[in-house]
Amino acid sequence: MTLRPSPAPAGRALGLAAAVASAILALLLLAGWAAPSWAIYTATIALAKGLVVLGLVMLLRMGLISFGHGMFYCFGAYVSGLLASGAGLTDALALTLAATLGTAALGLLLGLLLAGYRGVFFAMFNLALSMILYGALLKSVSLGGSDGVSVPAPSYFGLVPPDGMRSLAAYGFVATIACAAGFLLWLVSRSQLGLVLLGVKGNEIRLDYLGISARRLILVAYVLSAALAGMGGSLVAIVSGHVIPEMAYWTTSGEFVFITVLSGPGSISGAFAGAGVFEAVRLATGQYLPNAWQLLLGGFLLLVILFLPDGISSLARRRTGTADASAPPAGRVQGEG
Amino acid sequence: MTDQRLSLSLAAAIAASLSLAPVAGHAQETFKIGLVNFLSGPAADAFGVPSMNGGVLMVEALNAGQVPAPYDGQTGIGGLPIEFVQIDESGGAQVQIQRYRDLVEREEVDAVLGYDGSGDCLAIAPVADELQTVTIFSGCGTTRLFEEASYDYVFRAGAHTTMDNVALAHYIKRTMPETKTVAGLNQNYSWGQDSWRDFTAALTLLMPEVEIGPELFPEPGAGQYGSQISVLMRAKPDVVHSSLWGGDLEAFLLQAGPRQLFARSHVVFNMAEHVLPRMGEKAPVGLITGGRGAVGELRPRTELADWFYEAYAEAYGIPAVQGPFRFVQTILALKTAAEIAMAENGGTKPTDEEIAAALAGLVFETPSGTVEMALADGHQAIQGAAIGIAAWNDELGRLELTEVEHFAARCVNPPAGVTSLEWIEGGMVGAECE
Amino acid sequence: MDIALTILVDGLIYGAWLFLVAIGLTLVFGIMKILNVAHGALYAVGAYAGASLVGGYLFATPPAALQLPLLIVAALGVALLLGPLLEGVLLRLFYGRDEVVILLATFALSLIIEDLIKQVWGVYSYYVSEPYALFGVIEAGPLFYVGYDAFLIVVAALVGLGASAFLRLTRQGKIVVAMIHDSEICRAMGVNVSRAYLWTFTVGVFLAALAGALIAPTLAVTPTMGVNAIILSFAVVVIGGLGSVEGAALGALIVGCTRAATVHLWPEGELFIVYAVMAAVLAVRPRGLFGMPEGRKI
Repeated sequence: MTLRPSPAPAGRALGLAAAVASAILALLLLAGWAAPSWAIYTATIALAKGLVVLGLVMLLRMGLISFGHGMFYCFGAYVSGLLASGAGLTDALALTLAATLGTAALGLLLGLLLAGYRGVFFAMFNLALSMILYGALLKSVSLGGSDGVSVPAPSYFGLVPPDGMRSLAAYGFVATIACAAGFLLWLVSRSQLGLVLLGVKGNEIRLDYLGISARRLILVAYVLSAALAGMGGSLVAIVSGHVIPEMAYWTTSGEFVFITVLSGPGSISGAFAGAGVFEAVRLATGQYLPNAWQLLLGGFLLLVILFLPDGISSLARRRTGTADASAPPAGRVQGEG
Repeated sequence: MTDQRLSLSLAAAIAASLSLAPVAGHAQETFKIGLVNFLSGPAADAFGVPSMNGGVLMVEALNAGQVPAPYDGQTGIGGLPIEFVQIDESGGAQVQIQRYRDLVEREEVDAVLGYDGSGDCLAIAPVADELQTVTIFSGCGTTRLFEEASYDYVFRAGAHTTMDNVALAHYIKRTMPETKTVAGLNQNYSWGQDSWRDFTAALTLLMPEVEIGPELFPEPGAGQYGSQISVLMRAKPDVVHSSLWGGDLEAFLLQAGPRQLFARSHVVFNMAEHVLPRMGEKAPVGLITGGRGAVGELRPRTELADWFYEAYAEAYGIPAVQGPFRFVQTILALKTAAEIAMAENGGTKPTDEEIAAALAGLVFETPSGTVEMALADGHQAIQGAAIGIAAWNDELGRLELTEVEHFAARCVNPPAGVTSLEWIEGGMVGAECE
Repeated sequence: MDIALTILVDGLIYGAWLFLVAIGLTLVFGIMKILNVAHGALYAVGAYAGASLVGGYLFATPPAALQLPLLIVAALGVALLLGPLLEGVLLRLFYGRDEVVILLATFALSLIIEDLIKQVWGVYSYYVSEPYALFGVIEAGPLFYVGYDAFLIVVAALVGLGASAFLRLTRQGKIVVAMIHDSEICRAMGVNVSRAYLWTFTVGVFLAALAGALIAPTLAVTPTMGVNAIILSFAVVVIGGLGSVEGAALGALIVGCTRAATVHLWPEGELFIVYAVMAAVLAVRPRGLFGMPEGRKI
């Protein structure tokens, strides 16, 4: 069976979703305009990290957890960082596209090997690979070693924003990319491909009987998630102006898994909301309780997974009582028997 | 236990600084600074917490007008009381950028002082210029900071990595001229790699006949050095150079001592000074070390240095080591520069531009001696270095650094306008050693 | 001493440490299917407990004969206090949820424990080096080895053999093995799985704390000492096959000897050699050396 986007979301639903995505983007940009300057940077980082989380959410829907996506995040960041600092390419869009494609290629290469793994072994194999990248970067004096690489200020379509506008321009760019990626992913999750992905978690053997190769599905999702992580890493590199090997360290990957579970597998906007909540909580606790922020962060996570089993994204649905437009229609598929 | 008291007093200090926060913008004008250093993670015990303790002590003493000459004139900064916010440096460069922006844009601090991680300094510097906020780094050592870029608002009030390693090379030539072989044990990340690079470059210049090897690069945080010690014991080098610090250094000392490494080779460190007071009798006799400047027991015996050393010991129950010495250099640089700027602008609170202008090329007194912002167009400090050898002191009941050799700032630091490595490899031209 | 022999001895010492840390992790995973990220933090707590009792911080340093027993008592104390508390009060809330959720719960727990360590013991290092001198120094050619390291190898061997014998020879052990394979069937057969979980987790905490308490004399006890230990023991148990005691032993030996060989022959490679070995083993044996294939359920 070949998988193609099902015709269902075409037409009205598609138009509606595009309208929703544009509306969200407009709202985000408006909020950015009105928000105090100190909130902008954290919001930008949250949106960029939300992209990484989005990729992990896709894997989570298949029942897979990667403890090594910091590798792709870091790889994307270094591709952008090195192109900008070494080759003098500063256009934000070009850098992000290059990083995304490069990371997708790396994802494909590793995915061919990893698609046969499940559970803890999938998680740990990813971890091992990311730690190899971390070690290699730490050791590479020519790539800045542990101190990392400085990334020059980006330009947007040939324009370099003046000093006071840099944060806002970065925010606008990242918000646009995030909304576009979110919309594309919504299309994927509504397609036949998106629906059968859920089947991998539910029951692989049934997929076999349908003539669908779970391995190939995992490969597709893995490459997508790698590309998203690379995109997120590239955006963080452009926005923060500095990349370090620690982006590939296992605690960074752990942080993404943390946000993914915090967000829940339910929705696309939830991934960004989860990243936002995480960044805000970490910033606030770090600023006011520099000696106990880990304790509070840990406690917060425990409470969320205890009382919001489907993550923060379930909160919105619970409150409004309506289905989230981006949630997969099949809901969660439970593995039985 | 003193540790509990320390964390309690730290917590109290934080609570106090928090309760101050809402008062900001109230009748009396203050000078608000952000103090940043590691409060968690592996560098917290070695550098971060002692640094913060020293910083808080200095700020409070300045506000109370208790610091001896030349700081016995105006209280606080130019009469304005200093207010501070403390930030944890752990979490990596990206997190630090976020916290830095929050400090400047939301807390609206007048200046940011601190940072011990080189990656953090490299990441923060461009942001400091973007936000046009005076930022003075304390402990990060990387020479890349000002050798690869230049900044308007960024300064480093302490010497960079090169100094201590050049001083060690001089020390070996002076006190161990018979040295034939030198091995290295440096962690495989920028600090270790840079330290070893500068040290071997300086040593091969001063003692060209010395053979280098084996070169060991353990993983940061490894904590287990059994195999490395075996390699060093088999190779039997005359001298072992190491830039280990913190818990890894302590583990190495505890493991290498019983295995007789210190009986066989001279082991020299560029910054091991900070573990000696706490390790007491558990550190090996004969260890040779600097402290990234003339700090702690290596300090110059001035009134200012002795006052700081004693006040710290009284407040925290333990001798001050390099962290606090380095950290207060940033505070004193800021105070001196801001007061110069105020003298010029008629006594109003100075702007960032005015402070930055006064900081460039500034010469000021610190507990570690005179510090001169001599390099990188006046943005990078040089200071004197000192190296001592650990010997047992019955009276103190612990090891003490003795036979201290001091090195003039211009002997062990490059002159302006040349990068560290070029300077060393070019024969250390212009070094002013007595 | 010959270089190959030196590598072997260094590798054995390192492997013994790894095995002591990893065995608790692999048992808890095998039986409860929990990959306990907090294992590293519990290892640190054990080290602090040992240092407090024996290092002269709470009481005067005890006489030599009491030092080792007191280290074990410290580990027991940690296990009896934290095992039931963490399993009975906290982890129990998450049973039946996805493996990853429980893993995340233990990750959150490790963050909390690390901060609590700082609140209780402060950030400064603790030292308990007195027991390190108990077994003297052994001279071997140009090298000197510390007797205590040999003692750690013996302890690791005893713990491994003990665990293996328990699982194979005793009735409870056989039940545990059955649980490793299928806890649902065990429940149906009348095994009190809930009580077994409590015991398993407490034993897991004990093994973590024991590793911490026994290794404490060889290094500085710091709040972050568990971070490196946990990631290395992940590698060890994944190489060996999760849930297998023999696998953990073999994994620890492989990692220990490869690392020692790398330090002697290619020092710069130490950074990633462990992970390279792990990736290589997984590429060839997807479930680790002693890993068992999972039955497919329709």
